Amino acid sequence: MRDTLALIGHYYRASIRGQMQYKASLLLLTLAHLLATGIDLLGLAVLFAHFGQLRGWTLAEVAIFYGITNAAFSLADAVGTGFDRFGTLVKSGRFDRLLLRPRSTALQLAAQELTLRRSGRLLQALVALVAGTVWLGLRWTPLKLALGATAVMGAACVFVGLLVVQATLAFWTTESLEVMNTMTYGGVQAMQYPVTIYDGWFRKVFTYMVPLALTCYYPVLAILERADPLGGPPWLGWLSPLVGPLSCAGALLLWRLGERHYASTGS
Amino acid sequence: MIATAQAYAAAWGARFRASLQYRAAALAGMATQLFWGLMRIMVLAAFYRSTTAPQPMSVEQMVGYVWLGQALLMMQPWYIDREILEEVASGQVAYQLLRPLDLHAHWVCRDMANRASAVLLRAVPLCIVAGIFFGLEAPPSVGAAAAFLLTTLLALVVASTLAAVVAVTTMWTISSLGVRQMVGTVAMMFSGVVVPLAFFPAWSQPIVANLPFALMMDVPGRFYTGALPLAALPLELARGAVWILVLTLLGRGLLARAQRRLVIQGG
Repeated sequence: MRDTLALIGHYYRASIRGQMQYKASLLLLTLAHLLATGIDLLGLAVLFAHFGQLRGWTLAEVAIFYGITNAAFSLADAVGTGFDRFGTLVKSGRFDRLLLRPRSTALQLAAQELTLRRSGRLLQALVALVAGTVWLGLRWTPLKLALGATAVMGAACVFVGLLVVQATLAFWTTESLEVMNTMTYGGVQAMQYPVTIYDGWFRKVFTYMVPLALTCYYPVLAILERADPLGGPPWLGWLSPLVGPLSCAGALLLWRLGERHYASTGS
Repeated sequence: MIATAQAYAAAWGARFRASLQYRAAALAGMATQLFWGLMRIMVLAAFYRSTTAPQPMSVEQMVGYVWLGQALLMMQPWYIDREILEEVASGQVAYQLLRPLDLHAHWVCRDMANRASAVLLRAVPLCIVAGIFFGLEAPPSVGAAAAFLLTTLLALVVASTLAAVVAVTTMWTISSLGVRQMVGTVAMMFSGVVVPLAFFPAWSQPIVANLPFALMMDVPGRFYTGALPLAALPLELARGAVWILVLTLLGRGLLARAQRRLVIQGG
């Protein structure tokens, strides 16, 4: 275990050193990423300025949903880059090299890169959280901090799970599927709002199929001290530390299955 | 003159046929866009239900506008003919310069062909599905349909001249990723794909209406749904003509400067 952590540490240090070779480029790409993800926030502000409120939710409250979701995704995105780019690895046959090494392939992919420029999203998630906190006069008690932290970690696990599933599909299709973006990027976009605003089928998809509602929506409800308009019990907010790792584990099981199915394209 | 026109027509035709080959990718893309469109509509509909104030467009018009935003997604200037960018990065652009064709005109032509096929491939099936299942209605009048078609053609030319400007900047930056991301982000926001431009604050309306981005989606979308009266057509056409002129001059000017100090990568 310690050995494994040390190995991941080595990989990440190498990845960071590599990215630091192009400091100006890294800075610009981080800024570009901040800007690109920032338009969602700007879009939110424009809509709230025009409509005033959203089914009884204020912009400050939505900012908390937004911040928790985006913080989680930025973490998952930074770790999951290896899985995200997995399609090219299969296509070129370079995945064979990973198979030769005496470590699990999932570990190697997760450790492959720690993408620093993705921190642009984390930065603006924090901005949203701080702004929401100030507007609402929210007091982060230790209990709420725990809720927020488990929500972010749980949601990050679900997102990593999604990236793993996306990569797993490439074992069969050789190509990364754009359709999976609906669950990853679509999930981030969807969870930026309280799920109560969506139609029933959509809520079900993001509760039972991809349990992001359990890791993003219910914990934030508890943080905001609001009762669930859908009538869910308050303990649902504490399920995140259970749901997140479980989805991740499920995705990794699927990964193993896919790996056994792998046939190299290269020679 | 005729021979030159034939050469451009041939470049156009070759590009168009080549991009029609990727049908599976188009199908996956369509599923993704259906998902995004549905989500955007649900969010906006929830905002509509949150207020009783009169809105600049009806719910039906908003639904149509969102679907057109998805259908015309490939008009966005972050989508640029990959081969043009690769030509510059790899130095193959030198061969293009040897040809007895104007490079800027050639680029605009190729980009237009690529863009037109990409838009058509996605728009036609998407509009059929959205029309049958998801509330996209036909334009309210023949005039509105004609204005939509006319402004969509205008959008094509504006987008391709802008894309050519972005492509020229690659001659300085080699990697177009940063510039493309920046331009793409701004364009997504100010063309109405993220939030319909009608919901922007009143003070910003004169600004966003005069940016070239509004022409790429907002204007055709509003004509299609009837949110913009036919009387507005001459003004929009004039705006389009001015932007095409400005972007063409800018693209040609930059290209001329770039050619004077061109470094061909590779031996």
